[in-house]
Amino acid sequence: MRAAVSDLPLALDDVSLTSGATTILDRISLTIGPGAPTFVVGPNGSGKTSLLRLCMGLLAPSRGIVTWGGRTESGPGRRAILFQKPVMLRRSAAANIAYGLGHAGCPRGERARRTQELLDSVGLGALAARPARRLSGGEQQRLALARALARQPEILLLDEPTASLDPAATRFVEEIILAAARSGTKIVMASHDLGQVRRLAGDVVFLVRGSLVEQAEADAFLDRPATPQAAAFVRGDLVF
Amino acid sequence: MSNTVTAWHLIASGDATLFAIVRLSLSVSLAAVAAAVAIGLPLGAILALTRFPGRAAVIVVLNGFMGLPPVVVGLTVYLLLSRSGPLGEFGLLFTPTAMIIAQALLVLPIIAALTRQTVEDLWLEYRDELSAMGVGRASRVMTLLWDSRFSLVTALLAGFGRAAAEVGTVMIVGGNIDGFTRTMTTTIALETSKGNLALAMGLGIILIFLILLVNAAAWGVRLWALERAG
Repeated sequence: MRAAVSDLPLALDDVSLTSGATTILDRISLTIGPGAPTFVVGPNGSGKTSLLRLCMGLLAPSRGIVTWGGRTESGPGRRAILFQKPVMLRRSAAANIAYGLGHAGCPRGERARRTQELLDSVGLGALAARPARRLSGGEQQRLALARALARQPEILLLDEPTASLDPAATRFVEEIILAAARSGTKIVMASHDLGQVRRLAGDVVFLVRGSLVEQAEADAFLDRPATPQAAAFVRGDLVF
Repeated sequence: MSNTVTAWHLIASGDATLFAIVRLSLSVSLAAVAAAVAIGLPLGAILALTRFPGRAAVIVVLNGFMGLPPVVVGLTVYLLLSRSGPLGEFGLLFTPTAMIIAQALLVLPIIAALTRQTVEDLWLEYRDELSAMGVGRASRVMTLLWDSRFSLVTALLAGFGRAAAEVGTVMIVGGNIDGFTRTMTTTIALETSKGNLALAMGLGIILIFLILLVNAAAWGVRLWALERAG
């Protein structure tokens, strides 16, 4: 799957996104390189989801440019995204994975084996035949994660994948994400869970109301925030 | 009352004339629905996924055509197939083929319009995910049709119900020829006007029974499939 070309670094150059009169993202410049997970943090409505969709190429910026490995045009072949509310195809769990594998160019003969491996890796091996839409919320999130990993992405974008999960399910999903990161996948993840940032993040992009307020190493962001908004956010004050 | 008794007797005795009529009606309507499905499913799906100038007008016309008067469709097909018409050389008028063509035209807007609606709704849900997976246009159509299969069964049933129950088109293009193009509905119309109410009622009972049977079967398939695929 992975060709010699790379989607990294992923760069936003003076990117704004507007919808009608509303500014969703305001003149953001940032570069995401290989390495430890990059976390996009900020309160609700700060533009985290829109930023991830721009990074995926699902949205086009209203101004500025997004480049992947220096190219402005790059199909989604080396990227995958996990939406906050994953879409389950009206098929079995296994068929959902096989579908992802098929569209990632996995040869037909290998799909059954890879499907089972991926299901096992997210702890759904026993539920392969279950209709995907009958799975619990946590199971659906894991299935969607496995379907995203089926693409063997160079960049994996995750939009608050654990927002509605209990601690046990969160831990399970975090372990899968960490394993992917260790095997060389660049993780870009939106979250507003500071504990999660501490556990997983390499660096942090902090957004407030569509503006990039701070970008720093995770430890520095959490322990020595440079801006008053970040300091308030880390303290647990309400930031608007 | 005696008409009802005779009607049940005709059914129970397996009257050959009666069952020949039933067979013809079923094969014409099923073939018409099959043809309408073959064209209407892809047409509806493509319409759901494509944006072009005048699309809204096409959708309004298509939805409106769900209520096409059967006699008008019959008349149109009659003019096309009649000896002096553009397709007259094929000599199809007053044959079962003409009836299939006419009923397919009647059913096509139902299948296409309901497919368009169903697929468009599902596309709203799937768009981001399929775009993120880099799924191409043709493959999107197939995915959406397959994943709306349970809802599309309803469209199919609506189409079959319409085809099996209508009189106007088959009367006009089939000609109601005894033993050749006489269907359940045209027979009912004819026998009622002749005062032969027993045969008319027998056919009416069978027609309703068949439509119920097809619907029950489709419902069963739907339940079974939902159980398996969610």
